[in-house]
Amino acid sequence: MATHLILGKILKTGIVSEPPPEADESLRVRTQALQAEILKVFGRAIVIRHVDAGSCNGCELEIHALNGPHYNIEGLGIKFAASPRHADVLLVTGPVSRHLETALKRTYEATPEPKWVVAMGDCACTGGIFGESYASCGRVANVIPVDVEIPGCPPDPVTLLQGILAAVSR
Amino acid sequence: MQTNIGGIELTLTPQGASPVWRFSLESARLPVFARAIRDEGGQLLALWGSDDRHLGRGYGLHALFLSSQGLIWAHCPLPADAPAYPTLDTIFPQAGRMQRATFDLLGIHAEGAVDDRKWLRHAAWREDDYPLRKDASPLPPHPSPLSQSDTYPFIRVAGEGVHEIPVGPIHAGVIEPGHFRFSVIGDKVLKLEERLGYTHKGIEKRFEGMDLPTGARLAGRVSGDSHTAYAWAYCMAVEAALGVEVPQRALWLRALFLEMERVANHLGDLGYLGNDVALSFGFAQFWRLKEEWLRLAQRLFGHRYLYDRIVPGGVTTDLADAPALLALAQRLRAEAGELKTVYDEHAGVQDRFAHTGRVEPAMAARLGLIGLAGRASSQAWDLRVQFPCAPYDRLEVNMATDRRGDVLARVEVRFAEVFEALRLITEIVRRMPAGPLRADVPQAEELREGLGYVEGWRGPVLVAVRIGADGRLDRVHPHDPSRQNWPALEVGILGNIVPDFPLINKSFNLSYSGQDL
Repeated sequence: MATHLILGKILKTGIVSEPPPEADESLRVRTQALQAEILKVFGRAIVIRHVDAGSCNGCELEIHALNGPHYNIEGLGIKFAASPRHADVLLVTGPVSRHLETALKRTYEATPEPKWVVAMGDCACTGGIFGESYASCGRVANVIPVDVEIPGCPPDPVTLLQGILAAVSR
Repeated sequence: MQTNIGGIELTLTPQGASPVWRFSLESARLPVFARAIRDEGGQLLALWGSDDRHLGRGYGLHALFLSSQGLIWAHCPLPADAPAYPTLDTIFPQAGRMQRATFDLLGIHAEGAVDDRKWLRHAAWREDDYPLRKDASPLPPHPSPLSQSDTYPFIRVAGEGVHEIPVGPIHAGVIEPGHFRFSVIGDKVLKLEERLGYTHKGIEKRFEGMDLPTGARLAGRVSGDSHTAYAWAYCMAVEAALGVEVPQRALWLRALFLEMERVANHLGDLGYLGNDVALSFGFAQFWRLKEEWLRLAQRLFGHRYLYDRIVPGGVTTDLADAPALLALAQRLRAEAGELKTVYDEHAGVQDRFAHTGRVEPAMAARLGLIGLAGRASSQAWDLRVQFPCAPYDRLEVNMATDRRGDVLARVEVRFAEVFEALRLITEIVRRMPAGPLRADVPQAEELREGLGYVEGWRGPVLVAVRIGADGRLDRVHPHDPSRQNWPALEVGILGNIVPDFPLINKSFNLSYSGQDL
């Protein structure tokens, strides 16, 4: 039976979660009206919908890592949702490929107000190494309004968390 | 070298000391040659095109074969007007989507193809535009790609009780975008059809005119989880093209990075595979180990995923703290072993893994399934074993295979490869020769070509490079093993239930960005 092995391993491992970082306000590129009012209601319990708009899959590695035991984001009230209908924050990666331009716009429209958009990674912030071309619209802000930009290739989980917290801080 | 394959006399030109052989033949003879490769047990690895009109020629079709002789890079010159060649998809089914992509990008037609629907083209460019042609505008040819609609003729399954489930392109989890069209009766899958190309961002066009170091950065971002495999394959191609002798220590460090990338990805997948069968313990444990591994990579080499450590001519970063790496490798070996015992002895896990998502060996051979997924279906190819480049020629890699072809087999191969990669890392750290990290890369003064081949964690990563007389990149084709493995996933899901699709899909864990380019 595997049960005793599982329990033994859990006991031996202990808790690896680390204290969270502070929000990094410098990453905010836009402040929405009523930000403080909204947060009075929300607190910091936020739901994120991730949208890969054409990424190389590097940023996704760090989103996965952020969901690992070291970061304990659900303990902060942050979780990832399967549908934009449930989301407060869209976390968008990649340059926006032209083939995903419509899907990204529709996802944005499907997200209820109030909402924030966090552009994650160099490509999402500037178009990155892929730039603008016949196949790429470049940065996310070329397609939908962006509140927070987190540079990096890819940004590590702590930086990512600082950016997400900045989106929903007063 | 003179040789004879299937009655065709060939003069093969070697690429330096590598097991890469080149030759040209007229396109009419390509099917005969391909059939001969297939009959001796070989495979088609990659197929792409090139616009060679600026070189005073027409177009080019390139096919890369895996054979007992090594990697054979066949080139067929095609006319500038109405370029076409006889289809290979009746001999190697995996050629299908590669041929369709080649048509979408270059307008080179595969005559007699089983399937000639568009593949990479959605709505971003018109049917009569070919963005990889040299005279195509690099800027958007239309004010908005949304001005035209994107229709795609999916294959319909008819019959009483059959219905369709469309999924994507935006998926429910943190994964890359693509569209899956399931035809089902109840929960049972009768057919799955993939529609990919959503993350097509014009990578091949982007390479054109780039300098060589920037090209390495772009190559490493074809598929971000395989950064090292791509950066190395690209640099290997550039170095072969320009005759650069890379210092030994740099080659050993590249292999160290590649094995570290393999360990990181396999640990993550093993965690998610546990998660997908409701063993969240597996996710937490494997992702704890992966995070420790990434943090050590950051501390030792300055980047969690080792991005941009490999450059043309060598590497940028040396190993400073060997004992720390050896210690963590040893502990990971022990802890992954403990977790394997849990997976092995957990009845629920085994019940979900075994017999799920099977691709039988004969089908895998027919479809050209390659890399990790191929080895889990008895396709015993590993470039590190059959055609080892330095330093693998000195490391005697043990290949992991399994003949069951199901999710369990792909889990077992991953475990075996984690253990083997950790052994290799230990060997590399102990035996790595001293010396410089980089050699100078000369400026090309005439047209040069080269091929790089690296067995990444997912399978063989191939990069073909052509450098122009101005020293800049003229044509680069990166090939991801996902291109031939995606169609096999459509076969693996057949007869399974829809709720098992995430598990089966994760067990392959194929790249969207690497296939879409």
